[in-house]
Amino acid sequence: MKSRQRYRLPYRPVVVVAAVAGLALTAAACSSSTASSGGGTAGGNVTISIDCAPPASQQPVQHKEWVEDIALFEKANPNITVNSVYNYPCEVPATFTAMLRGGTESDIFYTYFTDLPQVLLAGQAADITQYVNSKTVPNLKDIVSGSMKAVTAGTTVYGLPTSNYTQGLIYNRQLFSEAGLNPNDPPTTWAEVEQDAEAISKLGHGINGWGDYSAGNNGGWHFSSYLDALGGTMVNDSTGTPTAAFDTSDGVAILQALHTLRFTDSAMSATQGLAWGTLQQQFAAGKLGMYIAAPDDIYNVIVPSDKGNLNDIAMGPLPSLTGAPAGSLSGGNDYVFAKHDTPAQIEAGIKWIDFEDLTPGDGQFDFSRQKADGFPVGFPEPELFGGTTGTKINQLRTEYATINTSYYEPFVKANEAGDGEPMDAQAVYKTLDPVMLAVLTEANADIPALLKTAATNVNTILANSGG
Amino acid sequence: MAVRVTAPAVRAERRNPRPAYRAHLIPKVRRNVGAWGFLIGAVLCFSFFSWYPIVREVIMSFQKPVYGGGYAWAGWTNYVRIFHDPTFWQAWRNTLEFTLLALVIGFVVPFFVALLLNELRHAKGYLRVLVYLPVMLPPASALLLFAYFYNPQYGLFDDLLRILHLPTSQWVFQPGSGFVSTAMVSVVIASTWMNMGGATLIYLAALQNIPGELYEAAEIEGAGLIRRIRHVTIPQTRLILMLLLMLQVVATMQMFIESFVLTNGGGGVGNNTLSVVMLIYQYAFAMSGASNYNSASALGVVLMLVLAVFSGGLLWATRERG
Repeated sequence: MKSRQRYRLPYRPVVVVAAVAGLALTAAACSSSTASSGGGTAGGNVTISIDCAPPASQQPVQHKEWVEDIALFEKANPNITVNSVYNYPCEVPATFTAMLRGGTESDIFYTYFTDLPQVLLAGQAADITQYVNSKTVPNLKDIVSGSMKAVTAGTTVYGLPTSNYTQGLIYNRQLFSEAGLNPNDPPTTWAEVEQDAEAISKLGHGINGWGDYSAGNNGGWHFSSYLDALGGTMVNDSTGTPTAAFDTSDGVAILQALHTLRFTDSAMSATQGLAWGTLQQQFAAGKLGMYIAAPDDIYNVIVPSDKGNLNDIAMGPLPSLTGAPAGSLSGGNDYVFAKHDTPAQIEAGIKWIDFEDLTPGDGQFDFSRQKADGFPVGFPEPELFGGTTGTKINQLRTEYATINTSYYEPFVKANEAGDGEPMDAQAVYKTLDPVMLAVLTEANADIPALLKTAATNVNTILANSGG
Repeated sequence: MAVRVTAPAVRAERRNPRPAYRAHLIPKVRRNVGAWGFLIGAVLCFSFFSWYPIVREVIMSFQKPVYGGGYAWAGWTNYVRIFHDPTFWQAWRNTLEFTLLALVIGFVVPFFVALLLNELRHAKGYLRVLVYLPVMLPPASALLLFAYFYNPQYGLFDDLLRILHLPTSQWVFQPGSGFVSTAMVSVVIASTWMNMGGATLIYLAALQNIPGELYEAAEIEGAGLIRRIRHVTIPQTRLILMLLLMLQVVATMQMFIESFVLTNGGGGVGNNTLSVVMLIYQYAFAMSGASNYNSASALGVVLMLVLAVFSGGLLWATRERG
């Protein structure tokens, strides 16, 4: 009896400790915290947190270079500490929306070009206009206007662009050769796409000629690019009330071509409902002949993550009806400064972005280091700069090129005009996903009816947007 | 015998007055401090993580976002908007379809599996573990496993159909908007496999509480298996059956992860597996700039009311009478 009493837990203290711990945990869970990390004062020590740092597991070379750059930057600026937030993909719409609503973004956070209205609606961006000038960003005047526009509302600047893209046709030269096709002559029209995709699919062994998305907003995203190549647009916002503009004969032609690829030519996989990431894996494994993407799919995903063979990869223009694409969906990404940033953090953040992303020969444009690290150099994008800065970057890119740049000439020569993304882009893409899915899974899909329904739904979204 | 109170004792009493209520209160508090500790913790947890979000959801459903952050009152706008959304009615129809199918399959199958397990004489323990094992798998993993089985190119199910020279299917991506669609049945099968272990164990526990004499008496009266189930098993497990029915309906009406994982977040061909909760998610998160927490809240409130009315109705209809 005595010994039992000796080992009994002291009941009341345990309860009190448990209650206090519960209270503390509850308070911690309910407290609104941000990733802000130490404002500092101008001239004093300052800490900034920044997301979209490349994780070692997915992007080993970029990770190594990022870490080196942080060390270089902090050595040159001993009063600044950079806290990296490693994440890839850098943005997922669902978590991005939640992050903005919760106000938990990093001091400097990654966004797509299409995100600024959402960021401003949530009241999460800091006005950095007074900090951005030719002294803080020496190459400011050469940044292409479309990219600066993505971080500007009226005359107020909220961030700085770091990359941009247009899309083209990525194809596997090896599969082209095996299928008896000329790997230097990629298809440029939908009719040619069908012929080549069918020939590649006949190779068997689970190889498909063409691949496409129909989930995760990516189906609508690709449809938008196809439409741009035909000279169309997803949303007509030139009039007072924006309306859907994709329910056209061109829209039907695109979907009909995809439907034919899937059900008549048997050039697409029976597995559909695919989202971003899957086509890159199939392509890297040599199971996919063609799909559309921006060049960064090659150097960010197919080669480093999915271990594709760089020598098999080439690019052509987006397919069109005439062989000359009228345009391409263009987009990009940037860093926006959080509402909670102090002036010292804004100054430090601009300094970091200028060093890492906007200076020829440094950071992402240090092609000499990329070559030494075995990272493929020479891709045609990003084309973030015009003027002397753009020329200088292209000179460096050519000087240190490690890829066979002739494989990308058909894409470069097409010189696709960049059409920005539509208003409420993610919502529009989301609405087009079911259309793409139906076209790729229903043998008897009623394409005009699908487009009509999607147009009605998009009009509803546009009418209610943000409200 | 009169008690003499000495003068110093009276003075001490005056210096330290100790009212009767305090004398009672302190031991009472000491005795109940543990209970109060647990109660406060529970109340705080419920307040912060259940009641506050519910109240906040109702408030948000009557608000709209204001440019630059914050909210303004919007009246019934969000409710009007969701009722005019064509996918709203489709999501409800799909949810009802899933709930009914899940009841037919997911409510009945575990009951009969429990009956079977209860009758077994050998390998009971192993079979119970086997039945319960899927519950231990994280739902996302279990569903990814089924996504692999359902893959029309290299999935197990289509491979079996091919071996048997039967027509193959696209399973969760099978087009079709009929009330019992292949796509929805595929979702229900995955869901039942994932969840039936828990219900089976509860049924089994209830079955094992039925006194053996009742079955013996029924047997003496000449009752066969079906009549024993009908007149002994079902009445004796009625309370558990009703409770699980209510929990099952409430859970299936909130179906989300099954369709979300199996269809890559898309909701199937022609949205034929899009559920109400998936639509809430789409309103709130999936549309980036056009995402609308307030419309999502309005739909959440509607779902909550429907479930509350259903649960109340079921409890009322199945209450003990007399």
